[in-house]
Amino acid sequence: MAEGGRPLPVPTPETKHFWEGAQAGELRLQRCDDCRHTYFPPRPFCPKCASRRVSIIKSAGKAKLHSYVIHHRPVPGFTPPYAIAVVELTEGPRMMTNIVGCPQTPEALVLDMPLEVTFEKQTDQITLPLFRPTAGK
Amino acid sequence: MKPKSVAVVGAAESTNLGVIPGLSQIQLHADAALNALRDAGLSPSDIDGIATAGETPTTVAHYLGITPTWVDGTAVGGCSFMIHVRHAAAAINDGLCRTVLITHGESGKSRVGASPRPAYPASLAGQFEAPFGVMGPPTMFTIPVLRYMKTYRITEEQIAMVSVVQREWAAKNPRATFKEPITVTDVLNSRMIAYPFRILMCCLVTDGGGALILTSADRAQDLPQKPVYILGTGESVESPMISQMENFTSSRAFRVSGKKAFAEAGITHKDVDHLMIYDAFAHLPLYGLEDLGFCEPGQAAAFIVGRNTAPGGKLPLNTNGGGLSYMHSGMYGMYALQESVRQMRGVAAAQVKGAKISIAHGVGGMFAASGTIVFSNERG
Repeated sequence: MAEGGRPLPVPTPETKHFWEGAQAGELRLQRCDDCRHTYFPPRPFCPKCASRRVSIIKSAGKAKLHSYVIHHRPVPGFTPPYAIAVVELTEGPRMMTNIVGCPQTPEALVLDMPLEVTFEKQTDQITLPLFRPTAGK
Repeated sequence: MKPKSVAVVGAAESTNLGVIPGLSQIQLHADAALNALRDAGLSPSDIDGIATAGETPTTVAHYLGITPTWVDGTAVGGCSFMIHVRHAAAAINDGLCRTVLITHGESGKSRVGASPRPAYPASLAGQFEAPFGVMGPPTMFTIPVLRYMKTYRITEEQIAMVSVVQREWAAKNPRATFKEPITVTDVLNSRMIAYPFRILMCCLVTDGGGALILTSADRAQDLPQKPVYILGTGESVESPMISQMENFTSSRAFRVSGKKAFAEAGITHKDVDHLMIYDAFAHLPLYGLEDLGFCEPGQAAAFIVGRNTAPGGKLPLNTNGGGLSYMHSGMYGMYALQESVRQMRGVAAAQVKGAKISIAHGVGGMFAASGTIVFSNERG
């Protein structure tokens, strides 16, 4: 997968911790101090109970492949075919990502396969969390 | 809303559909609006309510010379027009205006005077989806389907049948873009876009427009067209990001909107003679049939393969050929509404004989929004 040219995020005050975490090699989620709900994407209140008492937590970075497509058309920064995936973290939240370290084929990409986070630096400001098959599986 | 208190009295599409490089987006709105006004026997000075998406209501009102006392610019994607119908019915009932014009126009193929589709890199989707190679609906709307297929053991062949059956309906419609019959093999051998979606499982990209005119059911009796009454309505939204859709096998917005529309209408599924489900991609009718309650979860594919929605089946679905074969400008909801109105007037190309109740169910964004309208052609 070519890494140059893909669209990059512009962090906001509410998401800054997530992108700083990725730079530091941490996948950061948020958890409500009141109802204990763990959630993503970032916001400074709990989407379940509206409490503003929330904490940033470090995810274990383990996930399962929830669903995906394999895109066959050209997109800046990507070499088709490449998979666009949604993974489900063991903490509960789902997120969009790419799966690296394995062929981009239906045979290699099996739903519910175990994955772990890996970080790929794009610029001095932005590192993206991607996922790869769990080592040894 | 109060069932049958408001009626569609004017309905028309743009003069041409397909590839229309000679008209800009605003003129597609106007072309459809002028056709709908003529259909209703009205002029712009009769219109005191305006609703639209894609352009602002200000732009459309000014362009057509309308001075409204009620405006609605709800723009949540392709089902915006279903939601406009719902809001217009409430506004007419409440006396906010008497006669509403709802317009759609989109230069989806030719992109003449078309609105840009900017991606904001600081939005949540810009930060948490755009960096991973998404490029428009074919890479996002499609993402939940492998989970749906695994959960319910649905095959690619079954999903291909959605496209095959809708092409059968399109063959009966002279205005449909694609009319040649296709087979499951044709669908599965067509060009791969985003696995498991081949191009024949994806909607067309065309130019066109459509417009509706609504007024009170009482006033409708004095106008030239057979009134098509609004029996029930629903709307909802879920998430602007496909990755955050609550359940990849079912749309919450579909369930909420559909349930509301059925409750307002006071009907059961057996009462429905004709159904339109916005089909941007071949899996949409499956989710729609299940989330509206026509099929149990996981049963819609077998229902379609069993020819229940095909010509001659008990629940005619997407009888214009749908977004897969008829036309799809980008915000297709208007065309689903137009076909429901034609069926209720008894003038559709593939007319369902004796149809008395029709539902048009729309989606906005990628399962992000929904609107549902139940129509009836009987006032009593």
